[in-house]
Amino acid sequence: MNRYAVAAIYKFEMARTKRTIFQSIISPVISTSLYFVVFGSAIGSRITEIDGVSYGAFIVPGLIMLSLLTQSISNASFGIYFPKFTGTIYELLSAPVSSFEVLLGYVGAAATKSIILALIILATAHFFVPLEIAHPFWMLFFLVMTAITFSLFGFIIGIWADNFEKLQVIPLIVITPLVFLGGTFYSVSMLPPFWQTVTQFNPVFYLISGFRWSFYEVADVSLVTSFFVMSGFLAFCLLAVTWIFKSGYQIKR
Amino acid sequence: MHPIIQITDVNKVYASGFKALDNINLAIKPAEVFALLGPNGAGKTTLISAICGIVNATSGQITVAGKDIVYDYRHTRRLIGLVPQELTTDAFETVWTTVSFSRGLFGKKPNPAFIEKTLRSLSLWDKKDSKMIELSGGMKRRVMIAKALSHEPAILFLDEPTAGVDVELRKDMWELVRQLRNDGVTIILTTHYIEEAEEIADRIGVIKNGQLILVEDKVALMNQLGKKQLILDLKDPLTDIPSDLADFNLQIQNEGMQLIYSYDTTKEHTGISALLQHLSAASIGFKDIKTDQSSLEDIFVSLVKEST
Ligand SMILES: Nc1ncnc2c1ncn2[C@@H]1O[C@H](COP(=O)(O)OP(=O)(O)OP(=O)(O)O)[C@@H](O)[C@H]1O
Ligand SMILES: [Mg+2]
Repeated sequence: MNRYAVAAIYKFEMARTKRTIFQSIISPVISTSLYFVVFGSAIGSRITEIDGVSYGAFIVPGLIMLSLLTQSISNASFGIYFPKFTGTIYELLSAPVSSFEVLLGYVGAAATKSIILALIILATAHFFVPLEIAHPFWMLFFLVMTAITFSLFGFIIGIWADNFEKLQVIPLIVITPLVFLGGTFYSVSMLPPFWQTVTQFNPVFYLISGFRWSFYEVADVSLVTSFFVMSGFLAFCLLAVTWIFKSGYQIKR
Repeated sequence: MHPIIQITDVNKVYASGFKALDNINLAIKPAEVFALLGPNGAGKTTLISAICGIVNATSGQITVAGKDIVYDYRHTRRLIGLVPQELTTDAFETVWTTVSFSRGLFGKKPNPAFIEKTLRSLSLWDKKDSKMIELSGGMKRRVMIAKALSHEPAILFLDEPTAGVDVELRKDMWELVRQLRNDGVTIILTTHYIEEAEEIADRIGVIKNGQLILVEDKVALMNQLGKKQLILDLKDPLTDIPSDLADFNLQIQNEGMQLIYSYDTTKEHTGISALLQHLSAASIGFKDIKTDQSSLEDIFVSLVKEST
């Protein structure tokens, strides 16, 4: 294990965040605050409670997940795509590092960043609504698992993408709709039966449900189901990344 | 002495179907400076990239310090520093972070003192906190060298180190290569400047259309440079060389209208006056007389033309 290399990549990526602090931290905080104002206050005045939780508090876990997912993906995909774009990838390719170590550095840094971000958003939310976390351990567990899984997913996108459009298209056309339709702003039981069925196929729905349970002990599906869907997606990403490394896809000529 | 790099039957066919390396065989000796010459698109960068692991060779084997570069990549890559042809850098990183990053990436414990020494030796110390984007092209190239040297490699690849570099920096570069060589570093460089190869290389390889068409000691090549030709334009065409001129190893050219005599300028007796005496004795008249000296450049150009 070339631990100095993993540390070097990790440090390098974390330093990049410091430099782009506004883009990485401030702007998601601002947009989340806007969600609170618009959805929490405007709609919250009409819908007072869902499953015994005030509407403002109800949407907090979903909003955190929204940022966690999109930031994990964009951090990791950008992190590995950028060297390909500038050409500095030559150094990674010629270094005595395994693909796994490269992955550890990039995914580790991306996940760390989005976890920090999620905690900042949680703190921000605290200003708007009273929060209680029933199961802090499970809350952190879901946070970390999600950050790692979607950073891995982002890493795959970054390796696959050969232009900026491709880099942005998946988060935009796949992830954002999945999060919005995954029960961030409502309980699935409020939907007509047809859409309830459709929602069953949305992996993000299980995430949000599990994450929300760790706050309020209310969930659309059981914790066990959430856990397995989560693990399944993580396993899928790991398999995909292994396959990519085995085939040398898109990195080496 | 075991070669530090051994390249055996290496071929590279790019995904486009283009054959960039055609059965390359080459052994690099420890602590030598090897200059790879060749026209644009000859395959110099491809060969270097194959050794460094940036492109996968389609077939053949490459070993570095006796270890296979694919199976033992951790071992072989630690030994290698690469300065690529293109100046690709992280625009917003500082000189210090980008050089320190390279050292870590190549598995070395952080060593600020060594990085400082490297930066100082490349006259980059006062630029250590500058962002890459703020540097001139020549400075960027020096940072690339600093990155390649940051992990104390035993082998250094310099892909066109002096392209677009001013005279002074070129001289500095040559000096650096000499110093590194004295410290026992093996250096493989590519260049389009013949005089650069003459100046710093121990051996010279010429690559053309993916084929290595010549590998020669520089000294041996330079000896050929000592050769000069005397060209005589004859009055009347000659079909055969008269037997009493046989000792001069003359060549007939231009449908018998030219006689060529090759001689060595470094010898005390060039044999020119003897030849002229023999010619008048044989009553071979000439209209004109000129001399021609082949330079490394000529050798290079004719080699590259020949193999087309
Ligand atoms: N990724 C690639 N895909 C297809 N062909 C390539 C690729 N990279 C290089 N080539 C081709 O391989 C040949 C050798 O290229 P290479 O870069 O090794 O040449 P070179 O000797 O370094 O040239 P130069 O002096 O211009 O740097 C060229 O014809 C080039 O077009
Ligand atoms: Mg080249």
